[in-house]
Amino acid sequence: MNIDLKLEDVARLTEAQVLTGEDQLGRQVTQACAADLLSDVLALVQDEGVLLVTGSMAPQVLRVAEVLGLGGLLFVRGKRPNQSMCDYARDAGLPILMTDLSMFEACGVLYSEGVSGAQRKRFPRDNVR
Amino acid sequence: MSARDSLLHRRVFVLPAGNLEEAGSVSGDVRRELTAMGVEQDIIRRAGVVCFEGEMNIAMYSQGGRIILLVADDRVELLFSDRGPGIPDIELARTPGYSTAPDWAREMGFGAGMGIPNMERQSDRLEIRSRLDGGTVIRAVFKRGAE
Ligand SMILES: Nc1ncnc2c1ncn2[C@@H]1O[C@H](COP(=O)(O)OP(=O)(O)OP(=O)(O)O)[C@@H](O)[C@H]1O
Ligand SMILES: [Mg+2]
Repeated sequence: MNIDLKLEDVARLTEAQVLTGEDQLGRQVTQACAADLLSDVLALVQDEGVLLVTGSMAPQVLRVAEVLGLGGLLFVRGKRPNQSMCDYARDAGLPILMTDLSMFEACGVLYSEGVSGAQRKRFPRDNVR
Repeated sequence: MSARDSLLHRRVFVLPAGNLEEAGSVSGDVRRELTAMGVEQDIIRRAGVVCFEGEMNIAMYSQGGRIILLVADDRVELLFSDRGPGIPDIELARTPGYSTAPDWAREMGFGAGMGIPNMERQSDRLEIRSRLDGGTVIRAVFKRGAE
């Protein structure tokens, strides 16, 4: 499905504050992944540019974002990443949005706009066990 | 690595004990080094994920260790080794969902029990060796130019 949804639209629809990446709000959002457990994120996301919806406050969330080439982060339930996380994200060119909505509500907004779940491709050894 | 002359790059990252705040940063370095060397995009991504999971496990479960990155014409390898409790049952640790992560780690977003399964799926080969009250060694191999 082809949708036209930008990060700035996501920010508006979820009434999110933009904490970093103000200059990248024009990025298109087509896929999203919602999880608090980082290994789940690492298992689910395969394409570049996916939006991560999370309540995880671990500094590692940004490293995961880098490793996966995520398009942006949407923190839910009013969880505010600290200053050093924001500095890191800014250096890495990662947009961070923060909404008071719950994970469920934020996902509902994205889903109703036509955003699809991150598509997991086959890994080299999916049939390993 | 067998054919010594094919080795293009070797880099050692030392992971001090209990360095949770910094844990995960080697995966970024690995990504950057592989990118600079012109390694295939698909391998960069997979090696980044494997490195992150291996690094987090060393940080969470061991008393420190190191990661060696090897780049050759035909492959990329990541070697993780740590001093620590070791893994009592490797088969169990490879099972998706199995985790002994403490509560504080779960609160940080770890403990899905997906780390080692992720490492297995994203690599072309993963070998785990462990000694109780000694430590753990994991070797991940990514084959280049073979799809
Ligand atoms: N380096 C290690 N030393 C000792 N035990 C380990 C080590 N790595 C993993 N383990 C054991 O294997 C289990 C499974 O590891 P795995 O990485 O798959 O999941 P996890 O770390 O518990 O959760 P996740 O990686 O999803 O956050 C761990 O809970 C731990 O008991
Ligand atoms: Mg783990």
